[in-house]
Parts: sequence; structure tokens; C-alpha cells
Amino acid sequence: MADLRSNLAGIESPNPFWLASAPPTNSGYQVQRAFEAGWGGAVWKTLGEPIINTSSRFAAISFNGKKVAGFNNIELITDRPLEVNLKEIYETKKRFPKHAIIASLMVEPTREKWHEIVKRVEAIGVDGLELNFGCPHGMAERGMGAASGQQPDLVESQTMWVKEVAQTPVIVKLTPNITDITMTALAATRGGADAISMINTINSLAGVDLNTWNTIPHVAGKGAHGGYCGPAVKPIALNMVAECARNANINIPISGIGGISNWQDAAEYLLMGATNVQICTAAMHHGFSIVEDMIDGLNNYLDGKGILSVTDLIGKSVEKYSNWGNLDLNYRTVARINTDVCINCNKCHIACEDTAHQCIDMLTDSTGNKYLEVREVDCVGCNLCAIVCPEEGAINMIELPREKMAMTWNQRQHALASLRG
Amino acid sequence: MRNDSRTFISLANLHRNFDEVNAGLSPADAMDEANRCLYCYDAPCIQACPTGINIPSFIKKIASDNLKGSATTIMDANPVGASCARVCPTEELCEGACVLNHSTKPIMIGDLQRYATDWAIKNEQILFKAGDKNGLSVGIIGGGPAGLSAARELARLGYEVTIYEAKPKAGGLNTYGIVSFRLPQEVAQWEVDQVEKLGVQIKTNSIVGEDISVSEILQTYDSVILAVGMSKGSMLQIEGEQLKGVHDAIQFVEDSKTKEITGDLIGKRVVVIGAGNTAIDAATCSVRLGAENVKILYRRSQNEMTAYEFEYEFAKQDNVEFRWLTAPTRLIGDSEGQVRQLECIKMELGEPDKGGRRRPVPVEGSEFIIEVDAVIKAIGQTRYLNLMDAFRLENHKGVVKINLETYQTSNPKVYAVGDFIFGEGQGEAMVVSAAQHGKKAAYAIHQQLKKSIIETA
Repeated sequence: MADLRSNLAGIESPNPFWLASAPPTNSGYQVQRAFEAGWGGAVWKTLGEPIINTSSRFAAISFNGKKVAGFNNIELITDRPLEVNLKEIYETKKRFPKHAIIASLMVEPTREKWHEIVKRVEAIGVDGLELNFGCPHGMAERGMGAASGQQPDLVESQTMWVKEVAQTPVIVKLTPNITDITMTALAATRGGADAISMINTINSLAGVDLNTWNTIPHVAGKGAHGGYCGPAVKPIALNMVAECARNANINIPISGIGGISNWQDAAEYLLMGATNVQICTAAMHHGFSIVEDMIDGLNNYLDGKGILSVTDLIGKSVEKYSNWGNLDLNYRTVARINTDVCINCNKCHIACEDTAHQCIDMLTDSTGNKYLEVREVDCVGCNLCAIVCPEEGAINMIELPREKMAMTWNQRQHALASLRG
Repeated sequence: MRNDSRTFISLANLHRNFDEVNAGLSPADAMDEANRCLYCYDAPCIQACPTGINIPSFIKKIASDNLKGSATTIMDANPVGASCARVCPTEELCEGACVLNHSTKPIMIGDLQRYATDWAIKNEQILFKAGDKNGLSVGIIGGGPAGLSAARELARLGYEVTIYEAKPKAGGLNTYGIVSFRLPQEVAQWEVDQVEKLGVQIKTNSIVGEDISVSEILQTYDSVILAVGMSKGSMLQIEGEQLKGVHDAIQFVEDSKTKEITGDLIGKRVVVIGAGNTAIDAATCSVRLGAENVKILYRRSQNEMTAYEFEYEFAKQDNVEFRWLTAPTRLIGDSEGQVRQLECIKMELGEPDKGGRRRPVPVEGSEFIIEVDAVIKAIGQTRYLNLMDAFRLENHKGVVKINLETYQTSNPKVYAVGDFIFGEGQGEAMVVSAAQHGKKAAYAIHQQLKKSIIETA
């Protein structure tokens, strides 16, 4: 049994699985149910001046019959009075002292407002604060959330204001709706943040109803952009986590968020530099009980690898993530088809023929059996055939013996420059 | 004794027993199944379909909720695609070729095809348009799958098409010869309707040689297609065949689709002779008419049976008993002339015959008696030899000679398709093959005649 305990900038939790600040953490009732189910921590749904929500709030993308490949919402921060939330936080913390409760906060970007809310929230006892600089819809139109999170100077100053009074660790939650997330991550670091969390949701419009021509979702015939999350955003979020993790100037822990559906996703985030993970869509899709397999699966994975503590996973893949200019141009892989496993759907052939490098031939042997074969000399090792192949093991990407010594683009340019003198 | 845990047969309401057995896919099931299709390139299912339906394409269209497009893709390649969705031996054709046989389980292509065509039927879609009239005309004798298929394609090419159909309704085997619980008449009639909507004239109750002469047909049309199918059921050539309670399977099935269902067979013992497609239909039909016990007698063994595996399974579900290597020798009646007993003889398999099937040989002295109330003969059908003669067509052992590519007969103006040309190693007796014959004959006629269109234009 591996040790799953997690510590993010001093915030301890029995495991690295937290519920992200979102509808699942709206109330004490919900968070207590989540802790009963096994979640290690919860970031309470963002506290601030109570707002009014619309009716019709969520939408999702189905892909090839699979529900909730991506999820979109236009719900704002908590619509309940601050006192009510604080009372429930207190009660929950009392019942679950070992679980992490983090208060997500969002107020107007003034020093007084931040001081006021930090003091009120910390007074009832929370394990940490998360500053919501990421919510992309609604609140941003009022100068909060992503609106302040897109300006590095505002991120820095607001973080600083919070740190002036905060007694507990401060996590700054970043918006992905920005060209380079390391700019705001650096601003948070400069502001004194104890940790950063990412990503918040991505600006999105889930769809258009082809019968009514209304947006999806719509509120009385009108729509507004929402925030996108769920499995579809994982690669975007994972890159952002990795970019921050490998940036030497961002030396604070990261809480990874974005499309984590199971322990495998979580392990990838940890390997790419996240100290823990936050989850929302998967719980909204399946309920709190999904954490059971997240814990169990991660534990079995660690045991299988002989790793004693989950913290030993953190950042182990970061050094493998670099700039394109540092990739070895002389490394070669090619596709190889295992005709014993191949079911002859020819998807690799047509993918290669129409859209890649025309190097998979459809052939017939002397007994009339059809088979597929890669012309390895023409194969560039793009992986497309293996990606579209429906049959596990039918196409393997094979590393070819090295013919030339490793040479990256940067090394090549450097060598050329030195030749020119 | 019937085991009612298998198929539930209502004796109180026999009509209910004739409702279609397969309920069809729900929208959710259809979507799941459609999304499971790999959308293969150069898909083997297409090659395995005698009409070459672009199966991955029609399935993809179900997944994208383009059901009109899906039905159009199916019906474009197969003018009787709604019927074929129900009666094709899919495990021997498209589904048998599905690459997922080597992986998980094949796509339910037949059920998906039915889902898309059911949508078109329910939504009263007209999927095709007639071509601009080219001034030429084709007469088609027989409005079954092959004739309808040819008519549909010729109408789209601009021909004036007239079908002569002997029965009160077109559709042939699909309308009259396949039991309702596998293929309801409405389905076949929708396909007929689709063809008629292209301006094809269908003269029903019209027998060529009686209501219109062969010479008139030959004079009236620029080209003629014979798609008359097969004639009456073959005789057993044994004593007692004229007894009451002895039926021809084809007629028996037709009656179940056209006449009032009666309780005459309730509690009766029925023996079906033969183990082909129609024998299964007659046997399962008898079960649904309330028969107490239904046996199929076949003079060869299960290996030589021509019924499809799924039909055999279906009959077993209906508790039909199979008596292999058993041949009837005599039908014995009572004083009223009603069949009461069937004398049989055990057979054994001898040397292979010309077709490669082992010839059944009687086992001397093995005669025995089966008590029966009805006997249904399903040992094949006879040919319309008279029509072959009337059109003066060359034949080989009673099977009309054709060019296997064009379906042209020895008379260049006359083409022959469908079951009419089946036999002596020529063709396959499947609805889907008949549909393809019709299409190919239509294209061949167009190749032959289009020169004259240009000349007259």
C-alpha cells in the first residue's frame, strides 16, 4: 500500500484528489458527501459577493456517441450568502479535520476587498485559499475572474494584497485564456503565491441547435460564452502545467486541473509536475464515488512500480519536456504491421494514402490473402496509422537502429553558424 | 410437447403470432452500433454484398443522424434494401465479412439497414427521381425483387417501364413468399411504391400468354426482361399427394399472408418435407398457426440442408423437430380423404452427386409411419418452361441460357433475371442476388439501347 498523502505548499490531504471549485463543492452537504466518498480535499465553490445565476447553465459535447467528451458551463460563483457558506465550511471542517478545505475567493480587484474577504474566511478556519483569477464568463464582464487573471500586473498585485494578510497558503488559479500562461504564473510567483493551480475553463460555445438556431445552452433565446472543461481539455491543460513546471523561475508547486477522469490522467499530471490534482467534470458526470477507483488505481500503479509514496511521481517527466529545437532530428521510428493481429480494416492505408506519406501498401499474397505492409524507407514515423488502427498491437512503432549521431535543430544551427565562422 | 419457454405462441390470438419477430433497434442501440463501425476503407462488407451497398457510408450516416441519406445509400444500391435488411443471410454476406469478426463481434449491419429503411418507410420518403424520358420503353414480366430492381434503374435512366405482374400485388416473393413475422407485406409494398412513384406502370393480375401475348410484348417494347421467378411447388411423386391436408409450402405461406388466419391447425401434427428456406418458413408458420407438433423431414443430413443457419436456429427456437435422413414414401388417408399417416424410409448418404452433395440412398426395410394431420411439401419449385418456349429462348437442362455479365438471353432483345435463371449451377436464389440481376440487366439494356437514344435525339 503506497503512501498517497499529499502536501501542496503546506496544505495536507489524505490523497492528491481534490474536488475543484465548482458546482460539486457548492455546499457543506455536498463536500461532506465527497469526503465520505474518499476525496482528499475540496476547493469550495468561489466565495464573493453573491450573484444571480441564470437558468440553463451547462452543456456538453458528445463524440461518436460518448457523452461528455467536453463540458461547458455559464454558472457563476456561489449564489449563496457568505455567512451561510462560512458556517457550512466550519461544520465540514469540524467533521473532517484531516481533509483539506480550501476557500476559493473572487472579489473586485481592490486591496480593501481582498483584505476583507481573506480575514473573514480565515477566521472560520480553512486550510488554504485559492484566488479565482480564471473564471472566464460573467464575472469577467465585471472586471473579476479571468479579466484580472489575463493581466499579469493585476495577478501580481492582487496576490500581494492577499499575502499581506493571509495566514494560510495562497494558491493562485490561472486562466488558460491567455497566450502564454507562464506570464501569469510568473506574476503570481512574484506576488508571493504559495502555489498555482491550472487550468480554469476555456472560453467556449458548446454548440448551436440546428432546429431552433439557438446557442447551446441558451437563456431565453440568448447565449453567452461559457467555460470549457472535461476530457477534451486535458492535453491543453497538461501542456500548461508542464510549461510552468519546467520554467525555472516558477518554483512553486502546481495543482493540476483539466479533464482528469481517472487515476491515469492524475498520474500523468503528477509526472508532468503537478503536486496534486483537482477534478470536477468527472464527478459531475458520474458522482463522487469515482474517486474510489482513482485512489485504488493510483495505489496499485504505485505498488506495481514499487514506488512508496505518490510524491515520488511528482515532476518525474518534466525534464523530458523541452523545446522543439532540442529534439533529435536523427532519431527514427517506423510503423510495422503485425499481420497476425491485423484485421484488415485498411484504415491505416487510407489515412496514410490520403493524409500522410503514402507508404502503406495493400497487397495480396500468393494464396489470395490480403495484407498490409509499410514501405519503411518512405515511412516518416508520424504515428498516424497506429493512431487510427482499431486493433491493439496490430501496428507497432519501431525504433530503428541509429545511423547518425544525435543532432537537434539547435545543435545543427549552432554547428552551421560555427562553420560559417 | 411444446416447450413454451422458447417462442410464446398465442392460441387465443393467432394474428399476434404473425407480428414481426425482430423488434428492430431502438434509436440508442442503433446509434451505439453505428458508432462501433470502423468505417473501413475498401470494406469487405461492401464486397460481400451482392448489390454492393456502401455499408460504411450508410452506417456513418446513421451515426450523424442523416437517416434520409442513409436510407438513400441503401436503396440506391438495392431497390429492395428494406426487405433484404430482414431476409438476407447477413452472417454469410456482409456481417460474415465484417473485420470485427477477427476482433470483437461483427456490426449488426442487417439491423442497422432495417433501422435506416424503417425510418424512410415511417416518414414516407420518396428517395429517387425518374430520369428525363428518353423515348424508349421496356416491358418487364414479373414484379418481384429482380423485376422491381430493373424497373427502378430503367426509370431513373429515362425509360418508359411497364411491369406485368400475375398476382394482385407486386413484390413477388417478398410480398407472398416470406412469412409475415420475418417480412411484413407493408415493407415489400413500400418498395413497390417507391418504384411506382418513378412512373413505372405495374399491370397486376396480368399473365403473359393469357392476358397479353408474348408477340405483343415483343413488338411493344424496345427491350423485355423476364423476371418471373419460379412456378408451383414440385410434387413428391408419391402415393397420396392429392389427399386433403397436403399442402404446397409456397401456397401455404402465401395463404398466411393473404387470407384470413384460421385455427385449422391448432393442436395438429404437421410434417414439412424439405429443409430449404421455404421449409423453415412453412414449419415456423405452422407453429404460429397453433400446431401441436411440427417436424421437418429431410432426406439428407444437416450438412446438406439449404436453409441458412439463422433460419435453422429460428426453427429450433420455435421447437420445430428435425428428422434427418428421412424421406417420405407414401401418404395414407382416412375414409374422408384426409391425410392421417406418412410412411417414411430411412436414408443414408452415398456417393456425391454432380453438385458435390452426397446422394441419399434408402435403407432397405427401414420404413416407418408418422401420424400426421397435415403435410407441407417444400422440396423446391418448378420452372416456367412454357414462357421459355414461348419466347423461344435457348436453355440448358431447362435453365435459360444467359450472358452472365449482361443477363441477355439468346434473343438479344430479351433479358432474364432472378430465380427464373437460377439452377444447374447458375446464380444464387437470394433476394439480394435477384436485385443485383435486375440492376445489371437494366444497365446492359441501357448500354445496348443508348446508341439509338442518341440517334433519335
